[in-house]
Amino acid sequence: MPLDGSGPAVALAGVRRAFGDVVAVNDLTFDVPRGTVTVLLGPNGAGKTTVVRLVTGALRADAGHVTTLGLEPSREVDGTEVRRRCGVVPARPALYDRLTGRDNLQYAAALFEVDRRRVDERVADAAERFGITHALEQRVGGYSTGMRARLALARAVLHDPDLLLLDEPTAGLDPESARAVLGLIDEMAEGGKTVLMCTHLLLEAEGLADQVVVMDHGRAMVAGSPAELSRRYWPPARVLLDADNRAVLDAARDLSFVRAYERNGTVTVDLERESDVPDLVDALVRAGARLTRVEPCAPTLEELYFAIRTQER
Amino acid sequence: MRRTRQPSRAWVIARTDLHQFVQARDFWLPLSIVALLFFVIIPTFLLLIISTIKDVKLVNQLSDVVGSLPADLKHSVKGQKGPVQASYALAVYLFAPLAIIVPLTVSSAVGAHTIIGERERGSGEFLAHSPATERQIYLGKLMASLIPGYFTAAVGFAMYSLVVNLIVGPQVGGWFFPTGNWWILVLWVLPPFIAIALAVILAISARVSSAAAAQQSSALATLPLIVIAYGVSSNTIFKGQILAFAIGALAWGVALFALWRASSAVSRERLLGMGG
Repeated sequence: MPLDGSGPAVALAGVRRAFGDVVAVNDLTFDVPRGTVTVLLGPNGAGKTTVVRLVTGALRADAGHVTTLGLEPSREVDGTEVRRRCGVVPARPALYDRLTGRDNLQYAAALFEVDRRRVDERVADAAERFGITHALEQRVGGYSTGMRARLALARAVLHDPDLLLLDEPTAGLDPESARAVLGLIDEMAEGGKTVLMCTHLLLEAEGLADQVVVMDHGRAMVAGSPAELSRRYWPPARVLLDADNRAVLDAARDLSFVRAYERNGTVTVDLERESDVPDLVDALVRAGARLTRVEPCAPTLEELYFAIRTQER
Repeated sequence: MRRTRQPSRAWVIARTDLHQFVQARDFWLPLSIVALLFFVIIPTFLLLIISTIKDVKLVNQLSDVVGSLPADLKHSVKGQKGPVQASYALAVYLFAPLAIIVPLTVSSAVGAHTIIGERERGSGEFLAHSPATERQIYLGKLMASLIPGYFTAAVGFAMYSLVVNLIVGPQVGGWFFPTGNWWILVLWVLPPFIAIALAVILAISARVSSAAAAQQSSALATLPLIVIAYGVSSNTIFKGQILAFAIGALAWGVALFALWRASSAVSRERLLGMGG
């Protein structure tokens, strides 16, 4: 694995991890390219949290190989360096309730060896970035769920990590806090950082992901960019149609280049190729349709996810 | 640009745990009250009563109590009158051996809270993902647990000494506590027992679900300490200071071995709440 920064930020190869009889991750293989946002999608229990823990070396794999930032996190020396360069936002914020927000941040700054002369400045910046400056001197035990999530985010980026790992970062958050999370991911990606995010909420991955890894029962069912996955699991061209005289649209069913036809309110037509769209319109107009809508349809991540799950099972 | 020197991560962990302890008034206040009771309030109250007794019948009864002590012990009890002798005996042989369990209790409570509580509260995940090594985390937790115990021992026995010397001292010819044996007990025998109690907590930390349960188990180290404290302080079981030193040395050996064995109890997996 190259150490010069040219390899993937994270590489998992044939990784297995079990807890007693329960296999959390099984023969898992995927890469997280540097400077990208990778989203691990999957239902609860799919093994996403275990992946985050394996990536930082908090857990060791029973089998297979984990490489993070060109280092092996399961080795003590490498693991310390890996964790120093990672920022983690766990599913539960893991904060110290008896301490103030500032104490929590200063603790993280000391553990992650932020230059002591810059700690106050970093704490102030991180707090301002996530809108918690006013609460820094309050005990965390009195924070709302949203405030706790913001503090956990501030703590995760305090030391300017190269790799940010977020485990269900918006679960249970108010819309404003959720937006702060998604804004952070955008910001990190723009700054060339690598982000690995776990979620079962498809909407929050929408528009963020450079790569999607769909997990189920500890395995990666499929991995790729949303565009690649669309090409593999989505019809080449899906068109939404509507017309004043909707029944006439049924004529599309008999056209040779139409792969699938469904009328349920609006009409959804899957075509062989995108270039078939003009032919479809032409055929329907000749059949007497007064078209009011012809709209090429790209899949949402949610639609894509369910298409993948349906086809891979 | 040269970075400023960073404190050790173990000390950062210890310092933060101690800070949390100080912030947790509901946690340290009951412990402080217990310490005050054992080191100051009960001794003051009883010694004042005994020292000022005027009832002749009661004075005779107290003399009988001292008279029933073993010969060696009776010989070392200072004071001419029954109440004075009784005060001396209580100060050296009764209250102090009981008070010795207080530092042990404090360290055990803090240890259980800081080691198992991290897992209970879910904050262990932060440490598990931090760059601190497992050894640094272990040392940090150990320091955070030992310091309050040793601090309690130092402050508690200083206050106790003040109380008994001020009340009983003038009647027995001056300051008398700590006696030679008590110096050995507090400085040499007590510290390893505190460490042993912590090692017990660490050893069972994977098998118990709560800090409270772990703390209860640390009582295993309390009973032998009380017996040793009585023995050493009174010279009845362990005659001579050399033997007291030897007991301390043995306890240190056991403590170091137990702490070494228990070091494996602090692992990232356990911080994450897994058996590992």
